Amino acid sequence: MMIIGINHYLTLAALLFTIGMFGIFLNRKNMIVILMCIELMLLAVNINFVTFSVYLGDLAGQVFSMFVLTVAAAEAAIGLAILVVFFRNKNSIAVEDIAAMKG
Amino acid sequence: MILAAVFYLFAFILLLSGFLVITARNPVHSVLFLILAFFNAAGLFVLLGAEFIAMILVIVYVGAVAVLFLFVVMMLDIDFAHLRKGAMQYVPLGLLVGVILLTELVISVSAWQFNSLSQQNLAVPEIGLNAATNTQALGAVLYTQYVYAFQLAGLILLVAMIGAIVLTHRVRPGVRKQSIESQNARRPEEAMEILKVQSGAGIS
Repeated sequence: MMIIGINHYLTLAALLFTIGMFGIFLNRKNMIVILMCIELMLLAVNINFVTFSVYLGDLAGQVFSMFVLTVAAAEAAIGLAILVVFFRNKNSIAVEDIAAMKG
Repeated sequence: MILAAVFYLFAFILLLSGFLVITARNPVHSVLFLILAFFNAAGLFVLLGAEFIAMILVIVYVGAVAVLFLFVVMMLDIDFAHLRKGAMQYVPLGLLVGVILLTELVISVSAWQFNSLSQQNLAVPEIGLNAATNTQALGAVLYTQYVYAFQLAGLILLVAMIGAIVLTHRVRPGVRKQSIESQNARRPEEAMEILKVQSGAGIS
């Protein structure tokens, strides 16, 4: 228990991913918190990538984790921009109101 | 011993703040706990020896993404109590899915061992790079082997930037702004008129 191996990090990432997924169920109406939960899940995935990269001695995992970071930043920017535009038009960010955008 | 203690400290705070992100009543608190979670994940990355990713995490996530979240949460005037209504409806389903997912993930990773052949199939062996630090090694790989992917990442950020600007930009009619060109083009003869006023008559 005193030696921290790869299993500790992988279990931690699994726990964090599950917390993020459960958060989507818990905050089903609040779009902002759903976006934050997606960020948490991406963080868990990043922990997995970096852990495997370090324990395998393969740098490709860390390079890929940087691309995950890039996409996460772009996703947050676009998601929040859509949210702001939607709030201006509908004065609400509830998910069931956004479903009205369906054709 | 100390390494294990530091790992458990960071891991515990990371999980706790992650849990508080999803349960906090006020989304501003959620964002602040998200920042705490990112800091602790950066600490774990330092512990793993991936310093560059740790610093990028602090700069990009805490400095840009989390502040963006904070900005949006504070800018929009939202009735959060209304959004909380009926939130408990899907919790049993979420718990069920979460427990199943967690069990499966933990079963699959808890006894993880690398195949002895895996060392022969590395994409970028860290030992072959002869770099002194993690940052040097990443730079040596990122700008040579992955240069096209790196350029593509820049393109993604550019598209995101343009997209965010186009989405949120709005032209409001009836806003009085300073127009320097028309001010400079104004001449005295069109701006003022000299009248001969008779005393006691006034101007109509």
